[in-house]
Amino acid sequence: MTVKVLAIDDSRTIRSLVQKVMEDAGFDCICAEDGVDGIARFAEVAPDVVITDINMPNMDGYGVISSIRGGEINQSVPILVLTTESADHLKARARAAGATGWIVKPFDDETIVSVVRRVTGAIG
Amino acid sequence: MAPQSSIRDTFFEECEDLLEALAEGLAAMAGGARDTDTVNAVFRAVHSVKGGAGAFALTDLVAFAHRFETVLDGVRSGTLDLTPEVMHTMQRSADHLADLVEAARNEDVLPPDVSEAFLANLDQCLGAEPESLDMGDTPFDFAVIPLEFGDDPAPKEPAGYVIRFRPLQQLYANGHDPALLIAAVHALGPCEVALDLSALPDWDGPDALTPGLGWTLRLTTQESETVLQEIFEFVEGLCSLDISPLEDAPVPADPLPSPAASPSPPPGPEAPPAAASAAPKSDPAAGAESAEARGPKPTLRVDLDRVDRLINSVGELIINQAMIAQRLQDMALASDDDVSLHVEDYRLLARDIQEAVMAIRAQPVKPLFQRMSRILREAAEATGKSARLVTFGENTEVDKTVIERLADPLTHMIRNAVDHGLEGPDARRAAGKDGTGTIRLGAAHRSGSVIITIRDDGAGLNRPRILDIARRKGLVAPDADLADAEIDGLLFLPGFSTASAVSNLSGRGVGLDVVRNAVTALGGRISIASVPGQGTEFTISLPLTLAVMDGMVVSVAGQTMVVPITSILETIRPAPGDLHRVGTDDSLLSIRGRFIPTVDVARSLGFTDPSARADFPLLLLVEGENQSQCALVVDAVHDQRQVVIKGLDSNYGQVPGVSAATVLGDGQIALILDPDAIAAHRAGPAATAAPRPPLFHADVHHGQH
Repeated sequence: MTVKVLAIDDSRTIRSLVQKVMEDAGFDCICAEDGVDGIARFAEVAPDVVITDINMPNMDGYGVISSIRGGEINQSVPILVLTTESADHLKARARAAGATGWIVKPFDDETIVSVVRRVTGAIG
Repeated sequence: MAPQSSIRDTFFEECEDLLEALAEGLAAMAGGARDTDTVNAVFRAVHSVKGGAGAFALTDLVAFAHRFETVLDGVRSGTLDLTPEVMHTMQRSADHLADLVEAARNEDVLPPDVSEAFLANLDQCLGAEPESLDMGDTPFDFAVIPLEFGDDPAPKEPAGYVIRFRPLQQLYANGHDPALLIAAVHALGPCEVALDLSALPDWDGPDALTPGLGWTLRLTTQESETVLQEIFEFVEGLCSLDISPLEDAPVPADPLPSPAASPSPPPGPEAPPAAASAAPKSDPAAGAESAEARGPKPTLRVDLDRVDRLINSVGELIINQAMIAQRLQDMALASDDDVSLHVEDYRLLARDIQEAVMAIRAQPVKPLFQRMSRILREAAEATGKSARLVTFGENTEVDKTVIERLADPLTHMIRNAVDHGLEGPDARRAAGKDGTGTIRLGAAHRSGSVIITIRDDGAGLNRPRILDIARRKGLVAPDADLADAEIDGLLFLPGFSTASAVSNLSGRGVGLDVVRNAVTALGGRISIASVPGQGTEFTISLPLTLAVMDGMVVSVAGQTMVVPITSILETIRPAPGDLHRVGTDDSLLSIRGRFIPTVDVARSLGFTDPSARADFPLLLLVEGENQSQCALVVDAVHDQRQVVIKGLDSNYGQVPGVSAATVLGDGQIALILDPDAIAAHRAGPAATAAPRPPLFHADVHHGQH
């Protein structure tokens, strides 16, 4: 079954990029444009992995993580955060909030695909 | 990576929005707003520009945005005071960021010293400790736990590793699957996996639910330890992990702490403070915001070509409707006939569709106005004056093309207002005014037009000097006696410039005549009003759309023509005594105690058939630029209707006196007159008595459009 990716980012550019890379890798990719939208889509599409930005309006990435982890469905879905900082404290903070892993922007196609494979066990 | 160019386009489109949000937020902050929403929005805008730029390896942009972001972060966290200087630097930085984006879009590179200067300004804001801003977050720092490798930091190709791995609760909670980690290790080489049950909890005890499964992996590989560490990168701190080279792996008793000794919340300094810090940021605030989060309406981005195709089709639809209505009228059906009623419905529907389509192209002038605050800042800086921009009516919507083509004229007028309109701070204070000048830029809808006003509170026009200059340049006769409005109008003559010293700004080679031409090309008009000592106001009046207009259908020398309704003041059938001959050709209309020159449209367009002229022609009183009036002589007035504008420029070039053409309901082609040009032609550049050539020879080939 095709891996379903939910990409949450307020930047159209990043959404388009992630979507293209994911689709090129043979995954389904659904996009949402902020945390609130993301949580709504999460319930609808039951993704196999969530990729979320941290700094977003309405609900930030930490909010997305705690909302999913504290939710009723699919709580232990892998969640990857997109971050422009490679600073350890941000990774640590994301991890403490419940993130499965992270992808440092700017990312290249291979990195993001391999990280998604890593946390979902998707093959190919 | 080389992302597709369409994503690149997306990035630059998005940058426009982000830069707009940035300018808006900074303007709010400059106006005193300090709320988190505003500051966060500003931060996010810069952050998103940086994020996108990173994807396209736009290093200059990333570097600058990063530094800018650092300053904003300081402001956001309160470690940096928002002094006027910092505010100023941020606004200038936003301008520079826009320049960098523009340069990147054009695949251009800005001179490095310019960026250096801006970077230096930002550093100055940060004071002595530019990098110390991160300190606020250090409690969460992971204190990088190096995965020590026995005593040997650079092992000589170990044959493999022994990995002891036992997940803590948090590992599962974070969505990790130990099987995936083990599989990843396994992928590095032959690997023996042993399940370690030694830490299983006491099923009757309080820790029964504490995860107790562990694994010991014996991996044979040539890969370096770094590769192995990467596999466990995401679970650092979420498990107990021990990696040792295969050779000297101790025959283990149990090197791992037992779960009882290290209870469920993972050890290490990071977890509690991080969790604590995440809490206030996440749910309560986010939840409260989510209710109002549905604020922005969903939008759809559409290729402009598609909209234009739609607009064109709607134009044809309107013409088609008019044709049917006309045919129907010719058939003289009863007005309550079914067909007539349906056609009336058709007309209303067509009108609705048209309005809806026009609304698609309409955009608020806000982004345009926001750009002007930058122009104002730069102009003020260049002239050493102090000025503020006050805008109103930013949400007034205008056709996209109008907005685009208004940018240059408006830029010039703002510069002009700062450069020529406002006095220097000292002169202002001497005159009892605030040392900082105010330029008010506003937009409003008024009866089918958009009115843009640019008003300064400067010294007002120096009319004696304007007249003097115009005389010296031969723009007016030495003895001409001009009214104030006429003197003001001289500013729009080509080649007129009042700048006594060539300032930084006036060297740009744009005069008010160019502004006027740009406005006229949009079917608009511009006028000046000025009060000495109080300031000058320019008013630009523009049509709402470039695609349709309301026009008066008239006959001139057997031709059907259209005069824009907006310029018609009234229609007059003069009594014989109202017309007064002046010389051989010209005459004046006497109306309500004033004399207004008349213009024979047929003659000025080159139709010379005076014999067909009725004795008492109809006059259309029209108002041109600067409220100058004249009366157009036409043979008959037929109808007032909305016409679809078909440009002539691409087929005929600019035709003086004619702004465009249209197709009427009966399929006839009619020229749309430009009253301003006709009236201006009458006045002539220096009001000489020499006979004038006709504006153009009207051998326009009907039937082509």
